Amino acid sequence: MSGRYVIGVDVGGTFTDVFILDQQTGTGEIRKVPSTRPDQSQGFLAGIRSGVDTVGAVATVVHGTTVGTNALLERRGAATGIITTAGFRDVLEMRRRDRPTTWGLWGQFEPVIPRDRRLEVPERVLADGSIHTPVDLDAVTAAAKRLLADGCEAVAVAFINAYANTANEEAALEAVRAVWPNEHVTGSHRILPEIREFERISTATLNAYLQPVVANYLQRLQDALRGDGFAGDVLIVQSNGGVMTVDTARRVPIRTALSGPAAGVIAGAHIATSAGFPNIVTCDMGGTSFDVSLVVDGQTALTPQTSIDFGMVVRQPMIEITTIGAGGGSIAWVDRGGLLQIGPESAGSDPGPVCYGLGNDRPTVTDANVVLGRINAERPIGGKLARLDVEAAKAAIETTVGKPLGLSVMAAAEAIIKVANSRMAGAIRLVSIERGHDPKSFVAMPFGGGGALHAGALIKEVGLAGALVPRFPGVTSALGCVIADMRHDFVRTINGLLDTVDIDAVDHEAAAFRDEGQALLDRAGVAFEGRETLVELDMSYLGQTHTVAVPLTIRDGDGGSDGLGIERDAVRAAFEARYREVYGRVLERLPIRVLNVRVTAVGRRPKFGLSILAPGADGSVEAAARGRRPVFVDGAWHDAAIFDRLALPVGAVIPGPAVLEQSDATIFVEPDLQAEVDRFGNLMVRRKEPS
Amino acid sequence: MIDPVTLAVMKGRLEQIADEMDATLFRSAFNPIIAEAHDASHGLYDPQTGDTLVQGKSGLPIFVGSNAFAVRAVIDKAARSGGMAEGDLYIFNDPYDGGTHLSDFRLVRPYYRDGELVCYLASVGHWHDVGGNVPGNYNPAATECFQEGMLIPPVKLYDRGIFRQDIVDILQSNSRQPGSLYGDLNGQLSALELGGRRLDALIDEYGVAIIREALVELRRRAEQLMRANIAELPDGTYSAEDWLDNDGIVDEPLRIALDLTIAGDRMTLDFSRSAKACQGPVNIARSTAVACCYVALKHVFTDVPANAGVLDPITFVIPEDSLLSVVAPKPVGGYTETILRIIDVVFSAIAQADPARSNGHAYGTINALSLAGHRADGRRWVMFSFFGGGHGGHPQGDGLNHGNAPISTATIPPLEILEAAYPIRFTQWALRPDSGGPGRSRGGLGAIYEIELLEKSGEAFLFGDRGRHPPKGIAGGADAAMNAFFFDTDTGEASPPMASKMVGIKLRQGQHVRIESPGGGGYGAPLERDPEQVARDVRLGYVSRGRAEVDYGVSIDPDLTLDRTATETLRSARAAS
Repeated sequence: MSGRYVIGVDVGGTFTDVFILDQQTGTGEIRKVPSTRPDQSQGFLAGIRSGVDTVGAVATVVHGTTVGTNALLERRGAATGIITTAGFRDVLEMRRRDRPTTWGLWGQFEPVIPRDRRLEVPERVLADGSIHTPVDLDAVTAAAKRLLADGCEAVAVAFINAYANTANEEAALEAVRAVWPNEHVTGSHRILPEIREFERISTATLNAYLQPVVANYLQRLQDALRGDGFAGDVLIVQSNGGVMTVDTARRVPIRTALSGPAAGVIAGAHIATSAGFPNIVTCDMGGTSFDVSLVVDGQTALTPQTSIDFGMVVRQPMIEITTIGAGGGSIAWVDRGGLLQIGPESAGSDPGPVCYGLGNDRPTVTDANVVLGRINAERPIGGKLARLDVEAAKAAIETTVGKPLGLSVMAAAEAIIKVANSRMAGAIRLVSIERGHDPKSFVAMPFGGGGALHAGALIKEVGLAGALVPRFPGVTSALGCVIADMRHDFVRTINGLLDTVDIDAVDHEAAAFRDEGQALLDRAGVAFEGRETLVELDMSYLGQTHTVAVPLTIRDGDGGSDGLGIERDAVRAAFEARYREVYGRVLERLPIRVLNVRVTAVGRRPKFGLSILAPGADGSVEAAARGRRPVFVDGAWHDAAIFDRLALPVGAVIPGPAVLEQSDATIFVEPDLQAEVDRFGNLMVRRKEPS
Repeated sequence: MIDPVTLAVMKGRLEQIADEMDATLFRSAFNPIIAEAHDASHGLYDPQTGDTLVQGKSGLPIFVGSNAFAVRAVIDKAARSGGMAEGDLYIFNDPYDGGTHLSDFRLVRPYYRDGELVCYLASVGHWHDVGGNVPGNYNPAATECFQEGMLIPPVKLYDRGIFRQDIVDILQSNSRQPGSLYGDLNGQLSALELGGRRLDALIDEYGVAIIREALVELRRRAEQLMRANIAELPDGTYSAEDWLDNDGIVDEPLRIALDLTIAGDRMTLDFSRSAKACQGPVNIARSTAVACCYVALKHVFTDVPANAGVLDPITFVIPEDSLLSVVAPKPVGGYTETILRIIDVVFSAIAQADPARSNGHAYGTINALSLAGHRADGRRWVMFSFFGGGHGGHPQGDGLNHGNAPISTATIPPLEILEAAYPIRFTQWALRPDSGGPGRSRGGLGAIYEIELLEKSGEAFLFGDRGRHPPKGIAGGADAAMNAFFFDTDTGEASPPMASKMVGIKLRQGQHVRIESPGGGGYGAPLERDPEQVARDVRLGYVSRGRAEVDYGVSIDPDLTLDRTATETLRSARAAS
């Protein structure tokens, strides 16, 4: 690697965060610049330039992007068409026959591709892989031309049962490419050779829909970087927490759907593991939502599928992030049965909480924090407002919550926080206790500006060991970009019984994926510390439709014609062990089915030591003190010490009640808790030692 | 009294336990009707009355109301036979005593703490096959429940902690799918075990007294919330009626009639004018009727919780000889069709009280289709699935295309999964043009599903409705297209003589069956629909040019663009007539 710097860039809605690792001096720096829209590459470059003398000295830029996510959520993808099997153009619109909400029948759904751009061609493959009707290539060519004439920029070819035999779809792809003027052509089996037509077609369609948007963005970005003299590599963070090359991202942009949040979780895992806490729950509190994710033994949890919005299903491995509608902007209200509720309605960031004074008069979680003295009204984080309107927040809480419940303003504000905490605790329980993990062996890791205000209460409510607040909670995702490994996931449907399936064929299938993954790592031109191949089978008892993921121990040879040593008896034992772990029982005498084989190729990128983020040796607790302020907790005012968080030295122990402030986050230490600065500058919040 | 903050916290914790029980069964179930269609439910119930205290959000909506009756049945049974004991667990499917239809098996477990009964945990799931004349148990020709499947009264599966394998043996030997039954039963037991563990932890943290208090208080709040909702509707009596095609035995329409009275914060639902008990399987037990009214009202008042308190301000009038209040052995296997019709009449009655709170009817039939036969090697196969249709237009917009039934949150299995599992091939899986009821907000579209048999021979069984009486539009909206079913015979395509119900349709290799499901009813006058929206509907093939003119008074040129002048002429002529 020639350059000096490795740079992580996370483009958020308001700020673009940049983390610059100087490999020569072994130092790390943080930059925060305003995001630019619609062209994010402007803010991106400004961020990089603000931290390095010359862009030519940058070896690698790793990017967590929300361009794909936003295009999906705001439905600003390209004009796209589908070419599909005769009789099945409506699969995308018919979904799996669901509805947006269980209660109330007023839901609606608009597929990203309207019906007149979904064209059918004669072709049919049967479930056993035999070809019932060969594909009519003239019809395919005609359909492609019709879509082009209609202004389509991208196209997906998605045939029924293409997972079982790719021949028809391959032939059609070739015919489309012959007339399609650009690279934005997606084949469903190339994206996801897995059984379940809606999930596959939806994923392929959304990929095509994103291709022009993401490809154009990455092109602009690369051009701008090159124009500045950049000669290194650009890598993109995927939703699975690994990075990929720009070439891969242009081909499968759907893998960026959760790019930004994934990078945050990756950083959380690294920071916590370095600090000696391999088991964490990351907690990202934003304006409208609270996102949690589980890291066990330093490993992030993946989910095979997610919905970006109702009916917008993406089936690709993604870091599992559980979201509930309780953020700083979530509105507190009392229902007509007299129950205090938080959300799901949110004031967002505009107009935002009542205390912003931008027109909202319904109290939010942030308003309660301001009234209770936990947020500094004179120095709001984010830097957009000069001060916060405490009185307006009080009035709103009194009217909306206090009076209906017969509580004083302060008690009502505290009630809002308690109910919000309980909902957040529910989300943490969902990913920890509900998955069979003991909360005592986990710590919470709050990111974002608001998470650390609630972390103390959460650890008490869930019974976690403590909360580890990273030194720069506001730029965790940018940090994660620099750390993330390269990762490629593969899947293929087998759908056979364990007793009769050709296990050698499965072994060779997995080995072929291993080789393909290694080849991708080779081509990326990135230096890796190590490489790894992971193999999992999706398995169930015959008759079940849901599967469990069964990790296999493999013989990781040198590639080539070597198999991976997958054997029937070992697979059976692994399945039964896994099934027992999940459901507490195995079922006797029932046939076992192998649905899919999944292979992951990982290239480990070098990690930097987090001590480069640690505070300097010259600080002291006294020098970090910023006076005192009354804070309301458990029904009474407490005199809390206020500190400049970044000025605290390693080893400092701050007993609660205390408020620790930094430019982009506020940390509240409750009276029965204490905070200690570790050797990396993280803050460990836990119960006070009994004195 | 419990403070408001603890109460709000407790509500979330208890709901989470019920949700987690649902999720456990969905993931571990064997039959797709539970695993994919979520035809199951779990909750916590009152230790004295069996009333619903908390129920999972992801379970089948209809069970939200009906599980309380199941727990009640078990309480009564225990009282008659020596009392309830710690470690007991009951199982049953008796539809006349707290059940719904024979396919739904219920497990009820008393939850004790320090020797005292705190509440009941219950699990219900739709099993794949429980015997009877028809694989999958939707037998439109049944005249007694004995033709529908085995009937199990509440019996102990666990007796003071001792598992009774003999009960499982009886159940398995009465099913065409004993392996699936065994798997589903185990999934339900896992869910109940998990619910018990989570309650243990919650009580460790808060103590029994707080939990009891919270349960009482949550019920009071639920009642208060429902009263507030009812009070917003104007006083008066609102009448609606609708029809079932027939009962599958006698080809006569069956009336479902509702007189809904609002008096202050109380509501009366009077079904006296409905048909008498019938020969075929579209009867339901009174408890099922009450449960489905609850579902209908919760679709209208979406903020009320799954708690028995919601029913406190409501009076039900259902005569004993009604088809909505039958006892054994009247067949009830097709209960889904009847309760969907009850939901429709509730929507129609509410629309008269306040159109802004209602919506056009949804497609109103479950279309339970089973295809069965033997493979070349002699193995039996049974494919059983429910099919979707359109939702009604509503004040906020057009109805959802291809949704699930209001009584369920069922998803449909992927056709690739069905094709991989059974010797069939779909030849069409598409939206059905012109099936949505015209309206200012158009009803959602139904679907066309066409299936070809790949084995030498097979049989089809269909249980549906809405073949003769369409889903209705409201507030000036028009009706949707009716249900239609076709099957190939050696002499051409045919439809069932009873429109929507038929047993034993013989099929040979290469022959097809086709369901064309209803759309949803329209909302508001079709002539008020924006002509541009109608033009878009035509461009997308949701509405044909001919229907655009007839139903909406909108003229669309052959190149699919809107002819404004002709449209104005058409519409003013309509307005004048």
